[in-house]
Amino acid sequence: MSAISELSSITRKKGKATPEEKKANRRDNKAAYIFLLPWLVGLVAITIGPMLMSLYLSFTDYNLLQPPEWTGLDNFTRMLSDARLHNSLRVTFTYVFVGVPLQLAVALLIALVLDKGLRGLPFYRSVFYLPSLLGGSVAVAILWKQIFGTTGLVNQVLAMFGIQGPGWISDPGTALGSIILLHVWTFGAPMIIFLAGLRQIPTMYYEAAKVDGATTLQQFWRITMPMLSPIIFFNLVLQIIGSFQSFTQAFIVSGGNGGPSDSTMFFTLYLYQKGFGQFDMGYASAMAWVLLLIIGVFTAINFIASKYWVFYDD
Amino acid sequence: MTTKLETLPTPEKKSEGAGKPTDRKRRVRESRGTLAFSRAQRGKSLMKHGILILAGGLMIYPLLWMVVSSLRPNELIFREPGLWLNSLEMSNYTSGWSALTHPFGHYMLNSAIVVIGSILGNLVSCSMAAYAFARLQFTGKKLFFGIMLLTIMLPFHVVIVPQYILFSQIGWVNTFWPLLVPKLLATDAFFVFLMVQFIRGIPRELDEAARIDGAGHPRIFLRVILPLMVPALATTTIFTFIWTWNDFFGALIYLTDPDMFTVPVALRAFVDSQSATSWGSLFAMSIVSLLPVFLVFLFGQRFLIKGIATTGIK
Repeated sequence: MSAISELSSITRKKGKATPEEKKANRRDNKAAYIFLLPWLVGLVAITIGPMLMSLYLSFTDYNLLQPPEWTGLDNFTRMLSDARLHNSLRVTFTYVFVGVPLQLAVALLIALVLDKGLRGLPFYRSVFYLPSLLGGSVAVAILWKQIFGTTGLVNQVLAMFGIQGPGWISDPGTALGSIILLHVWTFGAPMIIFLAGLRQIPTMYYEAAKVDGATTLQQFWRITMPMLSPIIFFNLVLQIIGSFQSFTQAFIVSGGNGGPSDSTMFFTLYLYQKGFGQFDMGYASAMAWVLLLIIGVFTAINFIASKYWVFYDD
Repeated sequence: MTTKLETLPTPEKKSEGAGKPTDRKRRVRESRGTLAFSRAQRGKSLMKHGILILAGGLMIYPLLWMVVSSLRPNELIFREPGLWLNSLEMSNYTSGWSALTHPFGHYMLNSAIVVIGSILGNLVSCSMAAYAFARLQFTGKKLFFGIMLLTIMLPFHVVIVPQYILFSQIGWVNTFWPLLVPKLLATDAFFVFLMVQFIRGIPRELDEAARIDGAGHPRIFLRVILPLMVPALATTTIFTFIWTWNDFFGALIYLTDPDMFTVPVALRAFVDSQSATSWGSLFAMSIVSLLPVFLVFLFGQRFLIKGIATTGIK
């Protein structure tokens, strides 16, 4: 069971104890809290405490040197007229809503080709999976910076065909695209989840469909897609949450400034600049809460929309 | 970060491996069918291999090219898109190794300290919390479990500003503590969840037997559960290794003194300090930085793939 389905099952059977739980009603509070102690301390000191603190700071003006000064909704009204922030939202949304579907589509496509006991499957799987382990590193971001540079690998290859390519990462029109491509390149992890999901679909469904004369395409839309939809949903939720927080690649490729002309200025990059470049901690905290809100809203929309397209077998 | 939530080994039997021999047998049987049928199938499988080799080659090519380029004289990086090497040029490695304030080994050692500390922290704190959630009854269990699941999806940015303020007030900036202490406090809730799932798959009869023999919870945890959850511990170790080794954001914020740099921030300093002419040594150190991850991938692949493969299903 995934974290997501577990979470929704908790909210569904709220308060009702299962017979199994009633039977084991003997509580070990003391032992349990001792085992939970590190986690509880972490929850309070590292997670919830700082969360509340940043909520408070988002209503203040704070630069680390003077004590925080309460300014009410000032940070949020400033956001409304902050053109760079609006641009960073546009960049981030483009990254998430182009990059995530594209990556999942490639992952699904390759998983479909790889499925069904193909010879050499473990080898192919490794080749496709490796980039997703390396993709988050600074080293690969450096590689990307070279590949899509003016004299980079891509343009060297294009030159062999007599094409003069642009400076992909130095051109505001293509810089974000290069970073989206890096995201697509790491499709290995969702691909492996798709592969596992495809294996769970009983072959008899396909056999029955074949007997009834269903075409490959019909089988895909009527069997594979519905049966795989919970896994597509799972991947979608996680990838969207993760992509909104993407930072390293844009930071390295743009040299830390989100350039050229803010075309790769992700929301997280702007937050970093505000908080740790200009030490405008109040504004950075407010931005962090806006990010949390955005992620929360899109996750909620995802869950609501899932009722219309995700098919649960049970 | 994008791959963060995608793994989940469960102690279920190796259904994946078990299905293989029969698959192969069936394929052999099918290929002995009528000649026309087998020819069509062979064509289809050939086409599949063609697609996969092309796609896989495209995926891996940049990495191979980086390795080859790091062994070339610097000027060739801008005009040699091929993979053949005329001579082995090790100078990029020697010059890259000593290009920064400290030899590159210094940063590798720093990274190793953070990685080992993080692994130990995660193994101890997450397994303890997981034991409580999976096996003990206590007041507020459902609430805490729900909170734990939610923290998996919490964006790091919401807590980073106050965390930074907290750690800088303790005087921990430019020490490894801000990177290590959260791991000691089980804030990587994802691993807690992973281990909870695993422990749930261990038969309760084993605990009961130990309890009848007079064992308390610490003993049951240490002697019964821990030895049986080695696969989950291995998955945790491998993923903690890779994510911590690649972690850039945390190190960027907390480690500003070159003495304390971990590999990702050292590489970033390298990119910033060099003009575009020394791609060779930059590539060389990028390769060095990717090597540990690649080795872990090579030897831990089984755990990685199996861990991911059983995710999100059901």
